[in-house]
Amino acid sequence: MAVTTATSRNTRDNTIVLVGHGMVGQRFLEALADRGVTERARVVVLCEEPRPAYDRVHLTSYFSEGASPEDLSMVEDGFMARHGIELHVGDPAVAVDRESCTVTARSGLTVGYDTLVLATGSYPFVPPVPGKDADGCFVYRTIEDLLAIEAYAQGVSSGAVVGGGLLGLEAAGALRGLGLDTHVVEFAPRLMPVQVDEGGGQALRRSVEGLGVTVHTGVGTQEIAVGDDGRVSGMALSDGSVLPTGMVVFSAGVRPRDDLARDCGLPVGERGGIVVDEQCRTQDPAVFAIGECALASDGRVYGLVAPGNEMAETAARTIAGDAGSFTGADLSTKLKLLGVDVASFGDAHGTTDGCLDVRYSDARSGIYRKLVVGSDGTLLGGILVGDVESYGVLRPLTGSVPPVAPEHLVLPAGAGAPVTLGPTALPDEAVICSCNNVTKGAIRGAVTDHDCTSVPDVKKCTKAGSSCGSCVKVLGQLVTAELEAGGVEVDKGLCPHFAQTRAELYEIVLALRISSYRELLDAHGREGARGTDGCEVCKPAVASILASLAATVGASVHVLDGEQAALQDTNDHFLANMQKNGSYSIVPRIPGGEITPERLIVIGEVARDFGLYTKITGGQRIDLFGARVEQLPLIWTRLVDAGFESGHAYGKALRTVKSCVGQTWCRYGVQDSVRMAIDLELRYRGLRSPHKLKSAVSGCARECAEAQSKDFGVIATANGWNLYVGGNGGATPRHADLLAQDLSDAELVRLIDRFLMFYIRTAEPLERTSVWLQRIAGGLDHVRDVVVHDSLGICDELEALMAAHVAGYRDEWADTINDPERLSRFVSFVNAPDTPDPTVRFVPERGQIKPEPILLALTETVTA
Amino acid sequence: MTATTDLSSPATALRGTVELRTADGWLAVCSAEELLPGRGVAALLPDGRQAALFLDRSGRLYAIGNVDPFTGAGVLSHGLLGTVQDRTYVASPLLKQRFDLADGRCLDDDTVAVASYPVRVEPARA
Ligand SMILES: Cc1cc2nc3c(=O)[nH]c(=O)nc-3n(C[C@H](O)[C@H](O)[C@H](O)COP(=O)(O)OP(=O)(O)OC[C@H]3O[C@@H](n4cnc5c(N)ncnc54)[C@H](O)[C@@H]3O)c2cc1C
Ligand code: SF4
Repeated sequence: MAVTTATSRNTRDNTIVLVGHGMVGQRFLEALADRGVTERARVVVLCEEPRPAYDRVHLTSYFSEGASPEDLSMVEDGFMARHGIELHVGDPAVAVDRESCTVTARSGLTVGYDTLVLATGSYPFVPPVPGKDADGCFVYRTIEDLLAIEAYAQGVSSGAVVGGGLLGLEAAGALRGLGLDTHVVEFAPRLMPVQVDEGGGQALRRSVEGLGVTVHTGVGTQEIAVGDDGRVSGMALSDGSVLPTGMVVFSAGVRPRDDLARDCGLPVGERGGIVVDEQCRTQDPAVFAIGECALASDGRVYGLVAPGNEMAETAARTIAGDAGSFTGADLSTKLKLLGVDVASFGDAHGTTDGCLDVRYSDARSGIYRKLVVGSDGTLLGGILVGDVESYGVLRPLTGSVPPVAPEHLVLPAGAGAPVTLGPTALPDEAVICSCNNVTKGAIRGAVTDHDCTSVPDVKKCTKAGSSCGSCVKVLGQLVTAELEAGGVEVDKGLCPHFAQTRAELYEIVLALRISSYRELLDAHGREGARGTDGCEVCKPAVASILASLAATVGASVHVLDGEQAALQDTNDHFLANMQKNGSYSIVPRIPGGEITPERLIVIGEVARDFGLYTKITGGQRIDLFGARVEQLPLIWTRLVDAGFESGHAYGKALRTVKSCVGQTWCRYGVQDSVRMAIDLELRYRGLRSPHKLKSAVSGCARECAEAQSKDFGVIATANGWNLYVGGNGGATPRHADLLAQDLSDAELVRLIDRFLMFYIRTAEPLERTSVWLQRIAGGLDHVRDVVVHDSLGICDELEALMAAHVAGYRDEWADTINDPERLSRFVSFVNAPDTPDPTVRFVPERGQIKPEPILLALTETVTA
Repeated sequence: MTATTDLSSPATALRGTVELRTADGWLAVCSAEELLPGRGVAALLPDGRQAALFLDRSGRLYAIGNVDPFTGAGVLSHGLLGTVQDRTYVASPLLKQRFDLADGRCLDDDTVAVASYPVRVEPARA
């Protein structure tokens, strides 16, 4: 049998040319690869932008989350090479000749095609107002636009966005992120006129204004005022007023880029868009058009990714010879604009005959919900502003009669709403992940037929939740429900020794005033576990609960006392962090990152005298590596003498409160961020918690301290402080949520006290605040209810617990070096305390030490 | 071969000298009061090897090699004790593999084991 090498390029006589490598273009390539088409055909891509496809939807995260252009890339490393795709970056197509079936690029490159796919997207529409081409006028669509805006913003203090739709608000978010005094000018009487109605617009406006963006609705832009230097100086509005502004971003809608098709004689719509049929084919059967440049068979141009992705799939399927069609899509969207959640789905504006609205509006908290219901009770669509928790369930229910009355679906939990509708109520056909078109049935199938037992498994298996991520929560609920239904007992117990969760154990310890691990295990452990040694999971978890509640339940405050000593993780046991070769590292506390030259010198001297490797940490402190266990007390004696305290880098406890220099030095600062950071760090130092706690304080909205990536982050405003919670960096970064705004110093501290104690009380071991906030029922809203509105009536208790912690704080290292009993533990060998451990060895590198690489012998022979 | 010494008296009442048997015979290591139930100490053996000694909650003594075979670091004595199906183990503080204190076998990898040593307490001579 002749072996044909399917991957050999030469044998691939069929050529597919893709013009435009945007979001939809990349999706199309992936779909081709999935179907094996890239094995059989030569694929050539002409990409106009100077970089391969990237995530346009998350463009603003460049400003708000510090994402780099590389972070936004949508092309997996090695994708093009693996599939033999020829990508020409920075070389747009300039002409298509349908006679000879060739495409010519700007560089002069001419490629013959068997199939041509146009995915050229849109261009931003700039209204023809005088002055629109002045220096300081921008559009907002590409990374290049964004870099240009960023560079120009350095020299101005205010910016105005023309257009208050989805993209306009994104652009406003970017300008805010750059620290500009930001205005949005919208011609329609409300923001996001396409997605939301009057009530939703009001709620949205209040929230957006609360974030410091000035909104002008019902006015048009008449002229851009230009100074003598040719730069933008302001904007004349249709109501006769003039808005002074240093720069303008046009975001007044987009138009399909259909010129290539137009020029080669393919039909385009009256208002633009390349006409395609249900297979996304143009009038010429060899030419397809997909994404924002296409006018779909239902007569619409779709400006969202999800429908574009469906078109990409359809075209790829058709080219592969499989059946597929795109007949139109639902314009459901869920967005977070400037931190405000907005969702609309189905017939959001109630255009269906005889339909009725059910609304709930709470102006105080900026929440608006509207459902559109047909005369027979069918859910037709809706709008959610401020709280979009229910979107994941409501959107898939659209088109069916919900199992509970619509008014119960819009009322907030606890306000007479008898049920919260879970995803288990959804039919199997309900689409859970709209980006990737995955139904509830497919997700259940992944669990039952493909043995997926976790959300990551299901994501991998079905692609659900792998794009915008808005369905991940529902996904988790479905996976758990399906596992439970399948008889897989989802044991929520902490470990083989306790059937309770950590939160339950916390309640037991607090209620019964239990002060030792043994007492807890012997009375409340699982049947066979009582009287045993427990394990490395439950011992530190219970130790942490006892430490958090020590002052209240009468346990010892020092983690090395009595039984507590045997429960601590190794790091806690030696009050230092064990490193790979068994040596330890030391991090003295430097509150707020502020340090005097004298203290810096002490750290330097200690490091020099003990030969330690020094490194500046991300938390604005200094880490000293390479200490032997017997050196720890000597090193700390020096540090304590110089006024340093334990930095608890070894504990599941408060680590640092970073700060920027703030008002004292920075020309933008509006509050003293350093002082606040020091106050907070000193208040919460030593607080043991389910996982480490990180914090930061920024002196203004420019956010140099990166507070929004912390467990609790504080950002100064002109009126006080905004408190953000649940942020995270690391492997699963998460942007923190705004918990409360414009707090006074005292209000801020009180709220953090409550928040931290509520977290400590209810989180699972090793569960960061970010994960906890997403896991606990009701999420952020519930936490806000509890800690801000005291809905459980426990705030007094939470505050008292924190007060007890603060009053009982003592420096663990100072206490240790003054106690011979505790010190006796810091020896290398019990029978040779002065002999250093010979396995701890170092070699030099870049003028410091590093652990000597170890050759492993995996089995030692058994002696005796 | 068992590496444990059963002591019915509660751990806190342990008195005397802890001894460990090597190829050269019994070696006095420390006094029993120096051991804390649930934790370990390291001992240096005459041939340069290291042992980790542990006392569990019910007063049993154990000794195994101290060097973690997965990292080469002498750290097992710093690990936390645990019980699983009546076996007492120590979890390495570095990568958390568990070692059976009775025979030194790694519970997470059948092909790996550390040494194990018989231990006893010699009553203090008055
Ligand atoms: C700031 C912002 C926020 C957004 N937020 C959302 C959101 O939250 N949800 C949502 O669903 N959608 C959102 N969108 C819309 C979404 O980005 C688009 O729907 C999507 O990018 C469309 O993909 P596309 O491939 O059709 O077009 P594009 O991604 O624009 O890609 C088209 C590419 O083709 C290139 N091109 C054009 N002509 C040629 C040529 N002649 N030769 C070669 N290359 C050419 C262009 O340079 C471009 O790179 C947002 C858009 C922006 C700008
Ligand atoms: S350093 Fe602080 S005050 Fe200055 S711009 Fe950055 S966040 Fe604002």
